[in-house]
Amino acid sequence: MARLKFLCDSDRCIECNACVTACKNEHEVPWGINRRRVVTINDGKPGERSISMACMHCTDAPCAAVCPVACFYGTEDGLVLHDKDLCIGCGYCFYACPFGAPQYPRVGNFGGRGKMDKCTYCAGGPQQDSTPVEYIQYGSNRIAEGKLPLCAEMCSTKALLAGDGEIIASIYKERVQQRGYGSGAWGWRTAYREELPA
Amino acid sequence: MMRLVMALLLSLPLGGAMAQQGSGSPPAGAPSVQSAAPEVGAGRGGPGNADQPATSDPAPQTGGARPAPMPRKPRVEVEPIPAPLPLTSRVDTDAAALEAQHAENGGVIDGAVSIPNQAAGILIQPQGRDWRGFRERILTIAGAVILLGTVFILAGLYLLRGPQRIDAGRSGRTLHRYGAFERMNHWMVAVSFVLLGLTGINITFGRTLLRPVIGAEAFTTLTLAGQAVHQFLSFPFVVGLMAMVVVWARDNLPSRVDIAWIKAGGPVAKGHPPAGRFNAAQKALFWFVLGGGILASISGYLLMAPGLLDNVITQQWAHVLHGAMAMVMMAAILGHIYIGTVGTEGAFESMATGRVDYNYAREHHSLWVEDRLAEARRTAAGAD
Repeated sequence: MARLKFLCDSDRCIECNACVTACKNEHEVPWGINRRRVVTINDGKPGERSISMACMHCTDAPCAAVCPVACFYGTEDGLVLHDKDLCIGCGYCFYACPFGAPQYPRVGNFGGRGKMDKCTYCAGGPQQDSTPVEYIQYGSNRIAEGKLPLCAEMCSTKALLAGDGEIIASIYKERVQQRGYGSGAWGWRTAYREELPA
Repeated sequence: MMRLVMALLLSLPLGGAMAQQGSGSPPAGAPSVQSAAPEVGAGRGGPGNADQPATSDPAPQTGGARPAPMPRKPRVEVEPIPAPLPLTSRVDTDAAALEAQHAENGGVIDGAVSIPNQAAGILIQPQGRDWRGFRERILTIAGAVILLGTVFILAGLYLLRGPQRIDAGRSGRTLHRYGAFERMNHWMVAVSFVLLGLTGINITFGRTLLRPVIGAEAFTTLTLAGQAVHQFLSFPFVVGLMAMVVVWARDNLPSRVDIAWIKAGGPVAKGHPPAGRFNAAQKALFWFVLGGGILASISGYLLMAPGLLDNVITQQWAHVLHGAMAMVMMAAILGHIYIGTVGTEGAFESMATGRVDYNYAREHHSLWVEDRLAEARRTAAGAD
C-alpha cells in the first residue's frame, strides 16, 4: 500500500501561488480559507526560499490525537481526513498542528468557528466518493478518480510533488544528486520523523 | 526675387494671426472649422503667449563669472563585491536541521505570505507538540488525579470523621446570615460554575469516557451543545463573581484573627477557634475563586474570540492557563461543596434560607455573632 505524502522542493518553488489558486478553484473553498499557502522565508534576503505548505498528513497526526470528539480518521494510503459532521469547531487541531493546516470559516466572532476545513489530499471525506454531498463538504475527490492532488499535478516547476512517499523521495534525491544541492524535504522531519539527506 | 523672400518672411508670422482674426478668407490648407481657443506657440502663427515673459520685469542678466568648482570629495574605499558563489557550492539551508534546531530550542519557522491572513506566515510551529503533550497527558492525567483525589479525600473524610455536628445541638433560634441578593448571586455563580465544569470535563475527558458509550454522532451533538452552554454561561459566572467582590470582599479581608484561627489548627482544630463572618479557609477560598475565576475567564474569552490573539502560540498558552486553572478550581469547589452540604451540620441552610442556627453561628463564627448581638443591642437601646 502506498503511503501518500507531499514534498516541496524549495529550490524549485518560485512562489507563483498557482498551487494555492488551483486548490481554491478545484474545491471551491470559501473566502478566507487557504488549504494550501506559500510561505517565503528570508524574504528579500540571501537564502530566500519559498515553500508551499498544506496538511502534511502526518504519521501519528497531532490533530487526531487532541480532537475532543475524535472526528479524524486515517485512510489506507496514510492520509489524515476528518468528518465535518462530527467536528465541533473547537480549534484544538489548530493549536496542535505544526503546519497551521486547519482552517475555520468563521474567525474572531463570539462562539463557534464553524466546521474545520483542511487539505484532503484531494481525497474528499467520509461521504460516498464523488457525490455532490461530498463535494460541498470536502471538495472534489481526485484520488477516487485515480488522480493525484491538483496542486502538485499542475505545479509549473514541479517543485511540489505528491504521491507515494518512497517514489517522491527518490525523485527528489535524484534531483539533488544531479544539481548538487538541495535544502531537504520541508516538514518531513516534523510530519513523518524522516529526514531526506540533502 | 528679394520681394518674394520678403513676402514669405512676412507671411510666416502674420498669416496665422490674420486667419484667427477672421478677416478675409482663411489661407489655403487651414482647417475649415477653427478651434475655439487660439492656437499659440512657436510655428503656430507668430509669437504666441508661450514665448512672452511672464512679467514685465527686465530679464535677469545671464552669463558672468562661473562659480568656483566644488572641491572634489575624497574617494570612499569600497569593498569590491565578490562574485556570487556558484549554486552548487552554497551553504544551503537544511530543512531537517532547521526543524530539529527549532524543535530543540522552540520558536517558529516563519516567513512572508501573500494572503491576507498574516498569521499563516508561520510555516512550522514545534510548540504544537508541547501543547499536544499538555492536552493529551498533563491536563488529562493531572486533572483526573486532582479531581478523583479530591473526591476520594472527601469520601474518606466523610466515612472516617463523619459530618461535623453542632456541638451544642440546635438551639431552635436562628440568625440572619445571607441576604436575598447574596444568595441569588451565589447560586447563579454556583449553577454556572457546575455547568461550566461539567461541559469542560466533557471536552477534556468525554472522548475517552463518554464517546464509546453513546456513540460518535450523539457525542458530537452533546459536545456542541455543551460548548454553547460553556460559552454562554461564562457571562453570568463573571458577572456574579464581580457582584461577589462588591458584597463579600470587605468581610474577606485578612485579619489578625485569621492567623490565630490557622495557628489553632483551622478546620481540624480541637474546639472552635474564634472567627469573624468568614474564617481563614473561607477567605482563602474567596480570593482563590476570585483570582482563578478572573484568570480562567480572561483566557476563556481569548479562546472564544481567536481573532484577539495574533497567533497560535498565545492561543495555546490561553488554553493551558484555562485548563489548569479550571481543574484546580473544580477541586477546590468540590471541597467547598462538601463542607457546605454534608460536611458541616447547619451550614447549607445559611445559603438556602439565609438564616443559620444560633449555636452553629456561635461555634463557627463567634466574633461575627458577637458583632451581630452588639448591633442588635444598640438597635434595641436606640429604640427604647
